[in-house]
Amino acid sequence: MTDHRRPRGARRALGLAAGMAIALSACAGAASPSPSVAPSGAPSGAPSVAPSTAAPITLNTIWMKQAAYSEDDVNAMLKAFTDENPTITVNTEFVQYEALHDKIVTAQITGSGQYDLVLMDTPWPAEFADAQIVKDITDQVPADFKSGVFDSAWTAATYKDRIWGVPWINDTKFFFYNKKMLADAGVTGVPKTWDDVLAAAKAIKDKNLVKYPLVWSWTQAEAVICDWTELAGVMGGADFIDTSGAAKFNTGGGLAALQFMKKSIDDGLTNPASLGFVEDDVNKTIGAGQAAMGLNWTYGYNVLNDPATSSVAGDIGVAAAPGTASTPTAGVNGGMSIAVTTKSQHPDEALKLALWMASQPMQEKYDANTFPMWKTSFDKTDLTAKAPDFWAAADNAFGGLVARPIVPYYTKLSSALQVAIQEALKGSKTPQQALDEVAAKLPDLQQ
Amino acid sequence: MTTEAVLSPAPRARGRRPWPETWVAAAFVAPAALVVVLVVIVPLARALWMSLFDIVLTRPGVEPFVGLDNYVDQLTSADFWGATGRALFFTITSTTLELGFGLGLALLMDQPLRFRWLLRSVIILPWALPTIVNALMWRWIDNAEYGSLNALLTQTGLIADYQPWLSNSDTAMWMIVIADVWKMTPLCAILLLAALQTVDREVVEVAQVDGAGPLQLFRHIVLPLITPVVLIVLVLRTMEAFKVFDIVWIMTHGGPANSTQTIAIYAYQTAYQGFDFGRGAALGYLIALVIMVLAAIYLRLLGRVGR
Amino acid sequence: MAIANGSVRPTARGRRARRLARSAFLYLAMVIALVVVLAPFAWLLISSVAAPVDLLARPLRWIPEHVSIDRFVELTIGSAPNDQAQGFRSALVNSTVIATTVTAVAMVVGTLAAYAFARLRFPGRGWLILAFMATYMLPPIALILPLFQIMGALDLRDTKVALILIYSSFVTPFVIWIMRGYIASIPSDLDDAARVDGCSRLGALVRVIVPVAAPGLLSTALLAFLMAWDEFLYALVLTSTNASKTLPVALNDFIGRFGLDFGLLATGGVIAALPPVIIAFAFQRHIVAGLTSGGVKG
Repeated sequence: MTDHRRPRGARRALGLAAGMAIALSACAGAASPSPSVAPSGAPSGAPSVAPSTAAPITLNTIWMKQAAYSEDDVNAMLKAFTDENPTITVNTEFVQYEALHDKIVTAQITGSGQYDLVLMDTPWPAEFADAQIVKDITDQVPADFKSGVFDSAWTAATYKDRIWGVPWINDTKFFFYNKKMLADAGVTGVPKTWDDVLAAAKAIKDKNLVKYPLVWSWTQAEAVICDWTELAGVMGGADFIDTSGAAKFNTGGGLAALQFMKKSIDDGLTNPASLGFVEDDVNKTIGAGQAAMGLNWTYGYNVLNDPATSSVAGDIGVAAAPGTASTPTAGVNGGMSIAVTTKSQHPDEALKLALWMASQPMQEKYDANTFPMWKTSFDKTDLTAKAPDFWAAADNAFGGLVARPIVPYYTKLSSALQVAIQEALKGSKTPQQALDEVAAKLPDLQQ
Repeated sequence: MTTEAVLSPAPRARGRRPWPETWVAAAFVAPAALVVVLVVIVPLARALWMSLFDIVLTRPGVEPFVGLDNYVDQLTSADFWGATGRALFFTITSTTLELGFGLGLALLMDQPLRFRWLLRSVIILPWALPTIVNALMWRWIDNAEYGSLNALLTQTGLIADYQPWLSNSDTAMWMIVIADVWKMTPLCAILLLAALQTVDREVVEVAQVDGAGPLQLFRHIVLPLITPVVLIVLVLRTMEAFKVFDIVWIMTHGGPANSTQTIAIYAYQTAYQGFDFGRGAALGYLIALVIMVLAAIYLRLLGRVGR
Repeated sequence: MAIANGSVRPTARGRRARRLARSAFLYLAMVIALVVVLAPFAWLLISSVAAPVDLLARPLRWIPEHVSIDRFVELTIGSAPNDQAQGFRSALVNSTVIATTVTAVAMVVGTLAAYAFARLRFPGRGWLILAFMATYMLPPIALILPLFQIMGALDLRDTKVALILIYSSFVTPFVIWIMRGYIASIPSDLDDAARVDGCSRLGALVRVIVPVAAPGLLSTALLAFLMAWDEFLYALVLTSTNASKTLPVALNDFIGRFGLDFGLLATGGVIAALPPVIIAFAFQRHIVAGLTSGGVKG
C-alpha cells in the first residue's frame, strides 16, 4: 500500500489497496472527525486546500472499460481531483460493461458495501433506487447543473422525480455511413429517413457493392433494445410502458420498429448475422468494408476513422439517426450517471467527486471520446472545430433522445423483449405475436 | 472390482494391533473434509436458507418466508424446463463426443507408434487454453463476417456462402458444443490414457499369445479394466456440462432467442437480471439435484461394475 | 479364435499385410488428431502476430501481410507496460501462486481421502463421497453471493487467499473422485502384501499405491492445476485489482473500450497456455517413467 503515491502506474497501485481499503474506510468512517473541526489556530487564508488537516479518507469507485471516457481520461480527471483534495484517496476499478451491473449489485447488497461511487446506466436508476443501492441527492445538486445540462442527460439519474446520480455521459447511437459506397451506388446526400436508408441499401445491394449493406447490434443483449428503441422513437414513439404500467410496446412505435427490422432482413438488406452481433462487430463489419451503414455510439467515430483498425478510414460519415416523414430524428438515450451509494461512509466527499467528474471544464477537456453533456459547450467553436459535422449531429440528437422504460423491473423486461425481438427476427413468431406475448407476461415481470 | 477385496480382513501385521478401519478412514478423510467444509458449508447453508424466502432486491425489507414456493414455481415453469432441456442436450452431446474421442485418442496414444510423444505433448494444448480464451477464440472463428471457419469452408467449396453460425438458433448450440469438445476431449484422453497404462501388460500379452484380435482384446480385457475410470470421467463431465456457464455466456449470452440458454444461464439471469435471489438460490439447488440424480444413476452403474 | 499353426508362410505374409494396414490406419488417425488439435491453436498463433486489418480481411488472409511480435513484447518484457500489460503480468504471477498452492493442498488431502474411499470400509462411506461430490455439483451461481459476503466479513475480498480457499474446496472433491478410481483399479493384493510386511495403512499408501498410481497422480495433479488456472466466475466477482486478479480475469479485461482486440487476446491466450504446457511436457516423461519403472506387476 505504500507505493500508491508513485506517479507511474499509480492507478494500479491505487487499486492494489482496494481490498484493504474496504476495511480501512470502514474504520476511518467510524473515527473520522467532521471536516469542520479544523484546528482553530490554523491560518484562515489557505484557499482551496482548506480541509487539508481533515483525516485522510478513501473513496472506492467503479467504472467501465467500454465506450465514452477512456480509462486514461477517467484517471486524469481523478488525478486532478486528488491534487486539489490531497486528503482524499480514490481507488478505482475498471470492469467490462457486461459485468458492471452485477458487480455493483453483488458488492452493495451484501455486508457493508464495497463502493462509494458507482456508475449507473440509463435504465438502472429505478431498480438501484428501489433496492436502496444509491442515495437520493435531489437536494444537493447545484442549480447550474440543473439548468446547464441537457435534459436527456438527466434521464440516467432520475426516477420518480427524484435525482439519484450526477449525470456524466450523454450518448446516443449515431448513423454511420460509408460515403464512398453511397456515391458508388448513385445515392446523393445522406439518407434522412429510414425509408431513404432502405432505398440506399437496395441501390448498394443491386450494384453488388456488398452483400448486406446494413449491419446492426441485434444480439441477445441490451444492444438490440437500444437499436429497437431508437427506431421506435421515430416510428410512432418509444413510450413503451404507460403511466399506469400497461404495455404500449406491442402497438405503435415498438411494433412498427420491429416490423421494419424484420423487413430489412427479409429484403436481404440487413446482414442476418446481426442477430449475433454487438456494437463491436458492427464497427468491425463496417470497418472491413462489408457493410455500408449502421448505428453506433459516439466512440465508433474514432474506431472507424482509424486506419489501424478500419480499412475504410476516411470514407466514413456520421449523422444524427434518420427519422420518418413526421419525426426527423430520435436517438436512444445512452447516458450514464455517477451515483453515491447508500452504504458510503463518505457521501459528501463522494458527491463532491461525482460533481467534479461531471463539471463542464472536465468534460470539455476530455472530449476526445465523448461529447460534453453541457448545452453551452456546443456553442464553443474551439471545441466543435475538430469535427463540426459530428458536433452538429450530436447537438441535434441530444435535443431529442428517447429513453428505455425506467421501471424497477427493467432488466427482466429487457431480457424478455430481447428474446421476443429475436424470435420475431428469425421468423418463428410474427412481430405482433412476439411483442403481445411479452405484454401478456408483463404483470408477471412486475410482481 | 477391488472394493470387495477389502471386505476380507486384511492380514494382520505382526505385533501391533492396527486401528479399527473406521478410525483410519476418519483420519484419512478428515483433512479433505476440513478443506471442503470450511469454505463451502456456510454458503451452502446460506443459499439453502435464501431459497426458502421471497427475496427480491427491489423490495428491500419485504422478504417473506415462502417455504418451497420458489421450487414449485420453477418446477411448474416452462422457462425452467426449456433451459433444463437445453442443458441436457448440451450435456449429452458434449459428454458423448468428448468421451468417444477421448477414448479413441487415449487408445491411439497408448499404441507403440513413432511420434506419439508429439500427440501426447500437444494434446494438452486445448485444455491449457483458458476457457475464456477458448470461448472468445471460437466466437472469433465462428464469426459470420470475418471468421476463419467461414473462410475455410467457402475456400474449400464446402459451403457457398458465409454463414452466421452463432446468430442462427439451429447452429448456435452446436458451435458451443464443438468449442467445448475441442477443449475438454484432451481431459478425457489424458485420464483414460493414464488408466490404460495401469492395465497389466502381461495380461494383454498372454491374451495376444492366445490369439485375441485387437477388438476382442479391447472388449474383453482392456475395457473392463478401465471401466471404473471411464465412469468417473463420465460423471465428472456430466456434472460440469450440466452446469455449463462461462463458455455459453461468452459465446452467445444464451441467444439467439434463448436457443442456447442453459440452466445455469437461466439461474444467473433470474438472480441478477430479475434481482430475484430467492428463486436464483432455489434454481442452484435444483441444478444440483438434477446432477445428483444423474450421478446416482452413474454410481449405481459404477457399483455394479465394481462388484 | 485359435490361429491355425499349419502353413506358416501365407499366414506370416497375411499378418504382415494386416499389421501394415493397421499401422497405416493408426498413423492416419494420429495425423488427423494432430490437425484437429493444432489447427485452432495455429490460428490463435497467427492471430497473435497478425495486424488487426489482416484479421478482418475478406477473403481471409491465412498468412498475414503484416507480421510482428510486438504484442508478445508488450505483454511480457516491454518496458513501460500499459495497464493491460501490467495487469497481465501480475495476473500471471497471481495465477501461478494460486494454482500451485491449490494443487498441492488438493492433491495431498484428496489422495488421502481417495485411498480411504477406495480401500477402507466404514459406515456412511457412500453418503460421504456423495456429500463431497455434492459440493462440486452446486453451480457457482448459487454460491457466489454468500461467498462474497463471507469473504467480505473475513476481510479477504480481492486477495489470493480467498481464491485459494474457494478453489481448494472444489478441486479437492475432483481429486478424490479421480484418485479413488485409480486406486480402485490397482489390485488390492499389492497393499495387502505391503501390510503383511508390516506397513501401516499410510505406509501402504505412500510406499505402494503412490508409486504405482504415479501416472494417475501426475495427470490428476495437472488437471487440478488447470482447474484452478482456468476458473473465471469466482475470480471475476471476488477480485478487483492487480493484487488478486487472475489470468482469465485479466484476459477478459482485454475486451477493452474498442471491443475485442483479438490479436492481443490471442497473444495473452498463447502465453497463458504456456505454463501448463511446460508442466505437461515435464510430466509426460514421468508418466512414461511411472509406467516402465513401477507398472502393475500383479
